[in-house]
Amino acid sequence: MVAPVTPARRPSSATRWLAVLRTPVGACAGLALFAVLVLAVIAPMRWSVRANRTDVAAMLQGPSALHWAGTDNLGRDIFDRVLVATRLSVELALLATVIAVVTGLLLGTAGVILGRRAARFVSAVVNIVVAFPGLLLALFFAVIFGVGARGAVLAIGFAGAPAFARLAQTLVAGIEQRDFVAAARIAGVGRVRILLRHVLPNIAESLIVNAAIGAGGALLAFASLSFLGLGVQPPSYDWGRLLGDGLTGIYEQPIAALAPGIAVILAGLAFNLFGESLAKGIGLTATLGRVPLGRVRRRPVSAEPGEPAADAAVLDVADLVVTLPGHGAPIRPVRGVGFRIGRGEAVGLVGESGSGKSLTALAVTRLIEEPARVDAARLRFLGADLLTGTAGTHRRLLGTSLAMVFQDPTTSLNPTRRIGGQLAEVARQHGGLSRSAALALAIDRLRAVRVPAAARRAHQYPHEFSGGMRQRAMIGMGLMGRPTLIVADEPTTALDVTVQRQVLELLESVRRDDAVALLLISHDVAVVRQVCDRVLVMYAGRIVEDLPTAELATAARHPYTRALVAAVPDMHTDLDHPLATIPGRAPDPTRFPAGCAFAPRCPLATDRCRTAEPPLETDRQGRRVACWHADVPVGPSVTTAAGGGHE
Amino acid sequence: MTSLTTTGPATSILDSPGVRFALRRGTRFVVSLWVLLTASFGMIHLIPGDPVRAALGISASQALVHERRQALGLDDPLIVQYWHYLSGVLTGNFGTSLTSQLPVSRVIATRLPATLELAVGAFVLAILVAIPLGTTMGVLTRGGRARRAELAFTTTSVVLGAIPDFVVGVVLVWLIGVHLHWLPVAGRSGPGSFVLPVVALAIGPAAILSRILRVEMIAVLQADYVRTARAKRLPARAVYVRHALPNALTSTITLGGLLLSGLVAGTVLVENVFAWPGLGSTIVSSILAKDYPVVQGIVLVYGIGVLGVNLIVDVALALLDPRSTIRES
Repeated sequence: MVAPVTPARRPSSATRWLAVLRTPVGACAGLALFAVLVLAVIAPMRWSVRANRTDVAAMLQGPSALHWAGTDNLGRDIFDRVLVATRLSVELALLATVIAVVTGLLLGTAGVILGRRAARFVSAVVNIVVAFPGLLLALFFAVIFGVGARGAVLAIGFAGAPAFARLAQTLVAGIEQRDFVAAARIAGVGRVRILLRHVLPNIAESLIVNAAIGAGGALLAFASLSFLGLGVQPPSYDWGRLLGDGLTGIYEQPIAALAPGIAVILAGLAFNLFGESLAKGIGLTATLGRVPLGRVRRRPVSAEPGEPAADAAVLDVADLVVTLPGHGAPIRPVRGVGFRIGRGEAVGLVGESGSGKSLTALAVTRLIEEPARVDAARLRFLGADLLTGTAGTHRRLLGTSLAMVFQDPTTSLNPTRRIGGQLAEVARQHGGLSRSAALALAIDRLRAVRVPAAARRAHQYPHEFSGGMRQRAMIGMGLMGRPTLIVADEPTTALDVTVQRQVLELLESVRRDDAVALLLISHDVAVVRQVCDRVLVMYAGRIVEDLPTAELATAARHPYTRALVAAVPDMHTDLDHPLATIPGRAPDPTRFPAGCAFAPRCPLATDRCRTAEPPLETDRQGRRVACWHADVPVGPSVTTAAGGGHE
Repeated sequence: MTSLTTTGPATSILDSPGVRFALRRGTRFVVSLWVLLTASFGMIHLIPGDPVRAALGISASQALVHERRQALGLDDPLIVQYWHYLSGVLTGNFGTSLTSQLPVSRVIATRLPATLELAVGAFVLAILVAIPLGTTMGVLTRGGRARRAELAFTTTSVVLGAIPDFVVGVVLVWLIGVHLHWLPVAGRSGPGSFVLPVVALAIGPAAILSRILRVEMIAVLQADYVRTARAKRLPARAVYVRHALPNALTSTITLGGLLLSGLVAGTVLVENVFAWPGLGSTIVSSILAKDYPVVQGIVLVYGIGVLGVNLIVDVALALLDPRSTIRES
């Protein structure tokens, strides 16, 4: 009956409550509720005489100008009777709601007054009682309090109390954790005073919102009891009573049953929707959805499409752009990335968070979902053009030759499926293996990634694995096919240091054994240096430098790369000085600066950097860099500037 | 329940999360049952005045009232009555009806099957509609796509979910029975008479369940393991049904359990709309006739039904998501 809505508390509640009325649903519900309440007040005053006037000459008439909804078996006007019944229906429902809220509040806050042990007892009882449906409780109490309007009010009130008690308990528990309550308690403020001064004001908003929803429930519950003949007794009538009486004569006069039914529905909806929209408006949380297999589109390229498709390359990407719909203008977190990975080559992709490196990995593996869009001049995997075809076209190739390892093995494995089954699935899907053969292969692969007792472990669920073990299983999953490329997105970030090394060693040994290429995405230069042959440095959605890992420490040409390297402590780092950091923050993808995106943080930046974006130039050895000052010798200026952040 | 058996070098059977879950859940069931028994026993004593006098009316002779009180044991000490009540219930003796003089157990035995048929039928129908509908809507409207379909679905399901089942019943009686003459509208005779009560009961839960499931699906579809499933290049349907749906169902079942125990109570109203000869019509006529032993017995049956549904929901959750056995309740 009562939704456990516990909106987060924020200041200036009046404005937020008003804001709810400005939403379309909130406004409609508010208006409807207002109409119901007004009707409840004025209807009996205006129409009660007509509603009760029997007219033997006009029995069971159909709708007419005089009687909009016709007349009942005593010639009384049905429309008037439904209007007049609003008063009793709403009044009794509100009365029952008040009883429910007050009783619930007393039970729910009993802990604050009576102490912990009493609270535990009350909450145990409430937890048991709340499991029973409200109507069943109402029937129970109706027996005790007797048939009739008074008994029904008490019955529905008490039946609704457990739900409010539970709500109050939850809310109170939340408030009691807060510092100001603890402070008041330490200051020796009495329990009752704490309840009245500190707890109640903070939970009032939620209670009122839920009371509005609860009133809708009480209205329906009351209609139910009256319909059953246990609520309002003749000659009084509410909607439920009219509905029950109407049902007996539904063959002669259907509208006598339908009209009060519609009234119940409308009034119930008005209360419910108003409460729900209040709850939503007050605890509003924006959800920014992620997305499914998106369309990949070939970019209209002017030049260089005739370049021979390098089939020696495992992965060949040119001018990759990822576009997300933004507020107003679209956002481009990846803008024109191109690289090539040869067979067996290990390439690192480094950059700060927000540099677009993970999106690049998802884009080249076709895992980007709509509404994000991927455009590229060239996207080839093992010679296959990933820009053409539908989701199904490359399924088998990608499923067997490309392995993915994600950052957090805890969330990347399905919690409801056994590890063995999750691995075996790949072989069943792409290799057409039987269930048992696929499981045998899965166990074999688990063994290959050095999961101890693989046969037994295959029958376990991910939550029974440790973090490092899960990541091994993830890698094992990639080995179910015969991968030529492993894309690993921060594979060790979520693991602790010792496990990190084991997982990296495992990746390396897998790679060496079968000459598998690796694209390793990481924010950690040290990890990349340990594993990769070549490194791509990404900044603000672009590749700013591409060089052999061996030259990272000595021959990096881009000031950003140098700063990244300087920020990694090694055996020679002087620990008496503060560690080097890169001053400033990575730019927000929604507004990349003009010119070189790194310029605001760069010690070498000149006016040219701030206006013109440096192109990615390839030198004679095939190294690439995008910097106007790439040839300025490595000076202490970078490290000084980097360290300077601390002064 | 193989999934719940111990894994790893178990030293004691109590270390198994499955066994501990069963123990904890079993204890809660027994305690709830005891509370229920005590409440149904207490009911007759909480009624103000003399329940027997109330049942027989003011015209009944004092001797008759006294005789009935004696027969019901109402003059014994409370603790003795409590003992008699508990031992009676446990041996299947629920007392005797004040009006018909039939044993309450027989009244329940003749009426229960009709109610069960309705509840089970409506449950199955609600599930059969809600799971495919909620899943499909979740997939179609994920990430803010198909906004119009989402609006139409949400609005329809909110409205349908908010209409009380007995009003749905009345509308169905009018539309299908009175207006179109398609199906019988009262009584329990032949398969046709099932349709309307079952539909009336199922519409609300089906609407609410499919709405919950849609929201859960959308959340689950954003999970990392769904991305993993996609990275395995499974066909879309396998990703949705095999990887997303079981995870979406865990939360849905929790909330759905509440709806389903509400459905047990909903039969009371729907039976009265369709003159269905089940427990619901009996309890209402017994309340009006102040036939308290019958009311006590039926309240107990409903209560046990609700506790049973809750137990089944928890066990289903444990099977579907083994992690739920670890969580403390």
